[in-house]
Amino acid sequence: MLRINEYRRVESLEEAYGLNQKKNNKIIAGGVWLKIGDRRLGTGIDLSGLSLDYITETDDVFMIGAMAVLRDIETHPGLLAYTDGAVKESIRHIVGVQFRNCATIGGSIYGRFGFSDVLTLFLAMDAEVELYEGGMVPLKEFVHMPYDNDILVALHVKKKPIHIVYKSQRNTATDFPVAACAVSEYDGKLHVSVGARPARAELLEIASDAMPGTEDGIRAFAEELAGQFVFGSNRRAGAEYRRHVTGVLLARALRELAGQKQHERRNGEMK
Amino acid sequence: MKIHLWLNEREITREIDADLPLLEFVRSEGCYSVKRGCETSNCGLCTVWMDGRPVLSCSVLTARAEGTHITTLEGVRERAEAFGAFLAKQGGEQCGFCNPGFIMNVLAMEDELTNPSDEDIREYLAGNLCRCSGYESQMRAIKEYLRSRKDELPLNGETE
Ligand SMILES: Cc1cc2nc3c(=O)[nH]c(=O)nc-3n(C[C@H](O)[C@H](O)[C@H](O)COP(=O)(O)OP(=O)(O)OC[C@H]3O[C@@H](n4cnc5c(N)ncnc54)[C@H](O)[C@@H]3O)c2cc1C
Repeated sequence: MLRINEYRRVESLEEAYGLNQKKNNKIIAGGVWLKIGDRRLGTGIDLSGLSLDYITETDDVFMIGAMAVLRDIETHPGLLAYTDGAVKESIRHIVGVQFRNCATIGGSIYGRFGFSDVLTLFLAMDAEVELYEGGMVPLKEFVHMPYDNDILVALHVKKKPIHIVYKSQRNTATDFPVAACAVSEYDGKLHVSVGARPARAELLEIASDAMPGTEDGIRAFAEELAGQFVFGSNRRAGAEYRRHVTGVLLARALRELAGQKQHERRNGEMK
Repeated sequence: MKIHLWLNEREITREIDADLPLLEFVRSEGCYSVKRGCETSNCGLCTVWMDGRPVLSCSVLTARAEGTHITTLEGVRERAEAFGAFLAKQGGEQCGFCNPGFIMNVLAMEDELTNPSDEDIREYLAGNLCRCSGYESQMRAIKEYLRSRKDELPLNGETE
């Protein structure tokens, strides 16, 4: 059960940062994750008065405020179009709509959960986190950083000509995934993000021309890729099973990626 | 701490504990339809609307509800009864424990989605667990209800 002595709806990030330096104070975002643990907090720091629930799209970037909820992200027309639906595919299996109206992007990215669909997806894009103290940090670096007392203000996703596909597998609907991956192509590279290992998602980046042109080639390539990640076991699935399923999902994702590119060539358009 | 909000359009101000979940708060205000069916934010029984959006009242702190409009089943009686009749006709209500949260989410879905497919309906309601049924009777009830609403609307010419 979550116990809190004091609840503070802060009026500035500065105030939030100050409070967050004390060990037993914590940011309460959606609070959905915090709620299922047994914790006693001194002060619960509420960012909801800071208008951080925005999703802003400009010509070259999406800026997603830390308090934007997952439901707003999966239904955002600009993000849906940019990711060809991958953003929805990664989020729609997370518990339920009521849950996703609560859980935030800030909590999801800051948490760097080993089961995270959200982290796995954004890791395959050119994304940066905006930290109050630490400034802009590439997501692929942030994912390895230890937990500290900084505040995640927003997630920035740079818009580039991109192809991206998301795949996951669950033992049962709405449970945590046992395998999750996102595969994208931008800047002349393939970006392969694998989550639910079950440890923080990891990213592999390879030159685009490594992509095989045949079905047999894709299958072998996907297995080889899956073999480069470290998997672990827990009560949901064993490491070998996760590796195998991840290989299958990667092959599907690579096939779809190839399909997207073919489709685009046929239509002679570039996003 | 002090909290000020609207519960089923009744404006209230109360002194609350900082960690009081919204679920316990609305029950203490007489909204007994709202129930706790799990401890893991998974079952959907505690669904209420916050400013019109379905949320899990087990996970939202009452303090977060400051200045908002909270709606429970008690606040949408007519609509709940209308859908409830379809649920009963299909034998979909079973033991009844999960119904209030389920109905709140069906009505939210009705407000949010236009012409949802079976897949859309299943996805929207995936976070509402029922341990009595196989969801088939609920699916039939929802589809019949939505169909009847569509037939009805042009007649009285108004939407809610
Ligand atoms: C039952 C359950 C099932 C889930 N299933 C899935 C799933 O299948 N796939 C998936 O991807 N995710 C899943 N999640 C995770 C979920 O999607 C959210 O990522 C998670 O709840 C955290 O978001 P929150 O807004 O609730 O954060 P909170 O619970 O409020 O916070 C989580 C942590 O992040 C810190 N924090 C929050 N915001 C900030 C910030 N802006 N700056 C600094 N620190 C911050 C908090 O202090 C806390 O330590 C699940 C969670 C639960 C509880």
